[in-house]
Amino acid sequence: MAIVIVDYGMGNLFSIYNALDYVGGNPQIVRDPEGLDGADGIVVPGVGAFGSCMNQLSRFEDSLLRHFQEGMPMLGICVGMQVLFEESEESPGAVGLGWIGGKVVRLPDGVMIPQMGWNGLSIRRPVEMLDGISDGDMFYFVHSYYGLPRDESVIAATTHHGVDVTAAVCKDNLFATQFHPEKSGPKGLRILENFVRSTRC
Amino acid sequence: MLARRIIPCLDCDLGVPGGRVVKGIEFKQIRYAGVPWELAGKYYEDGADEIVFLDITASHERRETMTSVIKKTSLSVFVPLAVGGGISSVDQAREVFNAGGDKITVNTSALKRPELISEIADRYGNQAVVLAIDAKRRYTLEEGRQIVQTEEGPCWFECSFYGGRQFTGIDALAWASRAVSLGAGEILLTSMDRDGTYDGFDIPLTDAVAKRVKVPVIASGGCASPDHMLEVFQKTDASAALAASIFHFGEWNVRDVKTYLKERGVNVRI
Repeated sequence: MAIVIVDYGMGNLFSIYNALDYVGGNPQIVRDPEGLDGADGIVVPGVGAFGSCMNQLSRFEDSLLRHFQEGMPMLGICVGMQVLFEESEESPGAVGLGWIGGKVVRLPDGVMIPQMGWNGLSIRRPVEMLDGISDGDMFYFVHSYYGLPRDESVIAATTHHGVDVTAAVCKDNLFATQFHPEKSGPKGLRILENFVRSTRC
Repeated sequence: MLARRIIPCLDCDLGVPGGRVVKGIEFKQIRYAGVPWELAGKYYEDGADEIVFLDITASHERRETMTSVIKKTSLSVFVPLAVGGGISSVDQAREVFNAGGDKITVNTSALKRPELISEIADRYGNQAVVLAIDAKRRYTLEEGRQIVQTEEGPCWFECSFYGGRQFTGIDALAWASRAVSLGAGEILLTSMDRDGTYDGFDIPLTDAVAKRVKVPVIASGGCASPDHMLEVFQKTDASAALAASIFHFGEWNVRDVKTYLKERGVNVRI
């Protein structure tokens, strides 16, 4: 049994693979929807534009939805979080997974875009995935857009970059981060550890 | 608010099996510092925000060595890794990304062929392209140069390439702006006047570039103490400070430097 990383052709997965391996997650990289069956947990990474990610991810969509509804622990990272929303200003017309109501919007004018670097979290909801993480702990962000959920109760943490930016969302068995836990030092590894633990309950 | 970053730099001599980290003084004398991935691992444990690897030998046959250094490092180092030295094509950049690198640093190859910046940025995003500039003060003022006032008098800054061995005649400030418009997501700015001198960062240079570009600027060259980092963060908008010797030779530990800065009001990740 393993945590599968969905490889839908958007960038290299070396870092997330190594980080999950480091925390004992027994990761496997999976290139076909059938590969998700029998997993303990699913990681949806993501780099690049929202639209091209959705294009590449679409063949996994049915399988991902089924596993989500069956309660499989899932972790979305960066654009892998943004695709959970319905749409994005980055790619008008592209349809997201829509598991979280709302849209992905561009960071405001006047701040450095992309936001690139370490920023602190404000924890809005003390969910299990943030176990061991405190207000102000810093994580590594690289992004120009961020998710704005209609139902704010799904927001687990925010960060501040000109405005309050959704940094993590949590909905049932789904957790997703705008930052890169695999590049965020020991605190990032702690979140991945929490995820690995959640797959073993 | 984004934290100011502290970045140890590993100058790698890949002419020996497995590679080794060295440190030059004013771009010349060489001192041996250690094994690349071991030093990277130590700096990561000490709280480095990012690690830069520069292949100072930068020859084609040694690129595989750098790839294996990055692969080995990324097994246990979980902060962004930037890699540079002799990368002159998207294919070569891809090898680094596939080995676990997050950013490519370009210098000579971009000066010779500026489109390289756009080519890598189009494929991997602006955040993945760091333009390195080695800048030297020129006090002989010429028409069309971007002049900066310094305590030593007005000067302009000339870009060097081939690891400081040749000069280009190119104005460093103009080049920084152009590189950003081509897609560079960050500027690694080294003062050749200060590098290896332990006199502190070139504040007028750093300030001038940070004011001209909207992307993060990494100050480099001359850092000998946390005070120098404090100075560059207080007097300029530099997003990061890079240093090599002070970490390599045990004078300062990354964690102690960050504590020092935090106690003096600098927003750093502890």
